[in-house]
Amino acid sequence: MRIFLEQMINGLTIGSFYALIALGYSMVYGVMKLINFAHGDLFALGSYLGFSLLVWGSAYVTSHVGLAGGMIAAMLIAAIGIGMAGIIVERIAYRPIYPAGRLPAVVSALGVSIFLQNAIMVAWGPRYQAYPVNVVPTVRFEIGGIHITLLQIIILILSFILLALLYYIIQKTTFGAAIRASALDRDTAALMGININTVIFFIFALGPALGGTAGVMVGMYYRQISFTMGWNYGLKAFTATILGGIGNIPGAMVGGLLLGIFEMLGSAYISTAYKDVFVFLILILVLIFRPRGLLGEKVAEKV
Amino acid sequence: MTVLLKVEDLHIFYDSIEALKGISLEVNEGEIVTVLGANGAGKSTLLRAISGLLPIHSGTIQLRGEGLNNVQAYEIVIKGISHAPEGRKVFSTLTVEENLNLGAYIRRKDIKAVSEAKERVFSLFPILKSRRSQLSGTLSGGEQQMLTMGRGLMSTPRILLLDEPSLGLAPLLVKQIFQIIREINDQGISILLVEQNARKALSIADRGYVLETGNITISGLASDLKSNQKVQEAYLGGAALKKRK
Ligand SMILES: Nc1ncnc2c1ncn2[C@@H]1O[C@H](COP(=O)(O)OP(=O)(O)O)[C@@H](O)[C@H]1O
Ligand SMILES: [Mg+2]
Repeated sequence: MRIFLEQMINGLTIGSFYALIALGYSMVYGVMKLINFAHGDLFALGSYLGFSLLVWGSAYVTSHVGLAGGMIAAMLIAAIGIGMAGIIVERIAYRPIYPAGRLPAVVSALGVSIFLQNAIMVAWGPRYQAYPVNVVPTVRFEIGGIHITLLQIIILILSFILLALLYYIIQKTTFGAAIRASALDRDTAALMGININTVIFFIFALGPALGGTAGVMVGMYYRQISFTMGWNYGLKAFTATILGGIGNIPGAMVGGLLLGIFEMLGSAYISTAYKDVFVFLILILVLIFRPRGLLGEKVAEKV
Repeated sequence: MTVLLKVEDLHIFYDSIEALKGISLEVNEGEIVTVLGANGAGKSTLLRAISGLLPIHSGTIQLRGEGLNNVQAYEIVIKGISHAPEGRKVFSTLTVEENLNLGAYIRRKDIKAVSEAKERVFSLFPILKSRRSQLSGTLSGGEQQMLTMGRGLMSTPRILLLDEPSLGLAPLLVKQIFQIIREINDQGISILLVEQNARKALSIADRGYVLETGNITISGLASDLKSNQKVQEAYLGGAALKKRK
């Protein structure tokens, strides 16, 4: 039981990474019907951005705003920087080729992904980089025999706040309704006075911003980052998106958290070596038995 | 009488197919004007062009003398034109209330104005009030039509474009919808009504145009159109025949 609960906590922690990244895939797919393959690499770029800020800026930041301030600054700057990167990617790599159809855009997304991955390698080197150890003090709490670290608590709370905020924006505000409407029917959305370019700007800023923040969290959690991390996390988060129902915002959140839990339980009770196999088995099963995902609407019901 | 909406020599193409071949029409302030025509005549094309959803090949569209040719679709509603499209086009996974709120998207920051507009819509369509938190995709066809019209009114337009509001509705509902169109018009909103149900449309319209494969062939006062022999044969007789079947 103890192992089970601890693995649940671990699962929720990495699940919240997946959820934060998955939102970017889901929002972009919802409105653009485009799988933004560059999204995982934007996440990785965020992780590296946070790394540089914490390493090079640590002396300055720590003396001025303390450790917690340094962490928050790193996440904030990564969020803003990656949000801007997302907009630039859309402008340069996607917008010019929308008229050519969906497939060219997907190919372009793959191109951006490869470009970003190599850019990171050139800028930061091909070797693993290690996040500084002391960003969050290594404090471990024991509650009823279950261990949880301070870092985990911070990650869980922060992720929860971000997920709740995004849920609120998308599901409860009129602008959020405008985003969902644009995803359903762009022409009719325009008749309402919704400027699709505003919507596109927003989703390409916000999705990557959340991904960049997750990048910093992953760096702090695992300490080690590599320029290929975008593929691995991107694929898992994409799986989470499919699991929850692509295009569906609550679905991406639920899918991410569930996937994290599956992965951790799988590695505890079945085999660590097979945990990725386990994840992709889920992807395959979902695609076969419930292709619209857990919360996804039935697609193509209307003519 | 002041001209509100003026379309002049409008040509619209889909690739190389010319869907509108130089049509001109006018809607005056306070009028109900109907455009009649068979399936494929170009009625929806006309409304979509006015709303900025289709590129204009040549010709002009003006609202109170202001040219709309280069105005983007999302800005047209700000000018005072609202469009309730053919086939309802409700945002099916959004609630009734969210649909209505989007109708007032251009004024979303003015919470008071939005809730006042909503109350006006609810008094025209009481059923929408009781269904306000229901997903609009689960409404019946008639209710969806009411939502589409109510959503169109949320921006308090000068003119409402209605694309076949009676399509696929039971006769009793059709009667109700046409009654409400009249009520909307009584509130001072001009109406451009596209219909295949010529009898009903002419019964509430001031004037009408007949559109045939991209050309306007007949136009005039609704009462004159009703007694026009060609209209009777092609649209009124046809409608009666269809009804009997
Ligand atoms: N998206 C489109 N692409 C190509 N042709 C179209 C398109 N929409 C309509 N058309 C053609 O334009 C003509 C007018 O269509 P439409 O305006 O929808 O007619 P109506 O609303 O009167 O039934 C038809 O011949 C139709 O086939
Ligand atoms: Mg039509």
